[in-house]
Amino acid sequence: MTVGGPAIGPRAPGALESVASSTATTRRPRRRFGSPWAWVVFIIGVTYFIVPLIATFEFSMRKKPAFSAYSDALTNPGFWSSLGYSFIVGVITVVLSIALIVPTAYWVRLRVPRLRPLVELVTLLPFVIPPVVLVFGLIRAYSRPPLPFTYTDIGSTALLVFAYIVLSLPYMYRSIDAGLRAMDIRTLTEAAQSLGAGWFTIIVKIILPNLRVALLSGAFLSLAIVIGEFTVAAYLVRPAFGPFLNLLGGSRSYEAAAVSLISFGLTWLAMIAISIVGRGSRTRITLAGAR
Amino acid sequence: MSLAATVIAERDAPPARPATQRRRWSWLGLVPFFLFCALFLGVPLAFLAIGSFLDPAGNATLQNYADLSDARILAAFRNSIEISLVTAIVGGLFGFALAGAVILGGLPRFLRSTLMTFSGVASNFAGIPLALAFTFTLGQLGMVTVILKDFGIDIWANGFNLYSKLGLELVYLFFQFPLMVLIMAPAIDGLRPEWREAAENMGATRRQYWRRVALPILTPTLLGSMILLFGNSFGAQATAYQLTGGQIPLVPLVIGNQISGDVLHNAGLGYAIAMGGVGIMAISIIAYSVLQRRAERWMR
Repeated sequence: MTVGGPAIGPRAPGALESVASSTATTRRPRRRFGSPWAWVVFIIGVTYFIVPLIATFEFSMRKKPAFSAYSDALTNPGFWSSLGYSFIVGVITVVLSIALIVPTAYWVRLRVPRLRPLVELVTLLPFVIPPVVLVFGLIRAYSRPPLPFTYTDIGSTALLVFAYIVLSLPYMYRSIDAGLRAMDIRTLTEAAQSLGAGWFTIIVKIILPNLRVALLSGAFLSLAIVIGEFTVAAYLVRPAFGPFLNLLGGSRSYEAAAVSLISFGLTWLAMIAISIVGRGSRTRITLAGAR
Repeated sequence: MSLAATVIAERDAPPARPATQRRRWSWLGLVPFFLFCALFLGVPLAFLAIGSFLDPAGNATLQNYADLSDARILAAFRNSIEISLVTAIVGGLFGFALAGAVILGGLPRFLRSTLMTFSGVASNFAGIPLALAFTFTLGQLGMVTVILKDFGIDIWANGFNLYSKLGLELVYLFFQFPLMVLIMAPAIDGLRPEWREAAENMGATRRQYWRRVALPILTPTLLGSMILLFGNSFGAQATAYQLTGGQIPLVPLVIGNQISGDVLHNAGLGYAIAMGGVGIMAISIIAYSVLQRRAERWMR
């Protein structure tokens, strides 16, 4: 692995578990199948999770012949074009937000720690601003000169990407900052400088590889959110996946059910990717956007 | 800045000078970040904020904020707050119970990791597909509705309506309580076995341990997380838009309508509503961070 990695690594959770289990056995005999109330709560929770998914599947199968809702959805040109559009927007969002936040977080830790509270405050602001308010402000501010973003398609898409970068700021910044905390950036920087590396080389060849886990989990989360996002894309009138599904829900219910399940599957894939990437690290990401 | 240049500079100059020079210009490295945030966070927000203090003719006024007391707008705020409160409390308590059940209830280990992954998915599965999934479940033709009808229970005929406040709350809970599970799990994990042992050594019962030790430690996290859930559902727009089509006035839906066209016939009032929403979110986030700081005392 990379230089800073193993230090935060798999030890911490493992150590905690072993402590917990050893005390548990001495404390009181562990019930073999768990307490009944725990099972009741768990089963209610799982039912609540699962039933809407089963119902969606059942609904999609009402279209005969079997699975034709899926094949119709997958052959719908709008499906691929909107999914492709949202995916590309998601990738651009991830790349740009990494390019913006990694040098910033690195520089704050290395050189300007006194500005840290200010930077952290700014990165928390998007929590306070619901997406619908952000897009409201963006449209009102940038649909007129001097910066008429919404006049052109490319400008609107740029605005969409910028809005997504803003919305992903809180968790991207925290995740990257936590990754930086786990490594000794001062020593790494000085070592690189003494070998003749410039700032660009340091960031690209030293910092980025060390942040791999934080960056990848942030990237997958951003992708999952951006691909399903509706509000910002709809008001910027972008041909994205969220508005496409909204349209489908109004006109072709069976296919909409199929696409909803597919979208659930995509979210699931992203989360599995995060848990594989983040295995053994303590980086935790919970809150996101796109409600 | 090339490295060679700085090295030479440091060698030639007295040691103190390069350091101060460096510090004086080092803020420049943050310019791209602040410029970006100013353009795409600051400017839009400032636009709304300033607009909320202007009347249609462009004069300064407080009338827009006074107009928030209009019955329709008040109803939107009341609905949004009510739905957010209900889903935060119900989702919070149930999420807490679920996290507790999986961590402390002695359930098989793999169930825990499954639940955590599932919570990660469910808390991010929202918006259009979620609203659709519930339409297929509890809508008039939904699977559960149809099955219940086969058993002689017609929920729609008995007053249930998915496209109502109750329906919205049911749907929001789908992303609310998994989020609670994700936030509470580390806090419950943080309850040290020593605390329980100490309590037991002094003769405390299980119930006493929970009432006097565990719950007081968890309370700030619990309340803080519920506030986070409140904000989480207050800002939700897509789910409600897909589900109700705007039949129930909610703050995000009113703002959305105002974007599409000036439905209030007063741009300034629309900005004031947006600022009202931001204000409520700001209060909840501040309350959250205060409680979070309290909670961290025990998280060492």
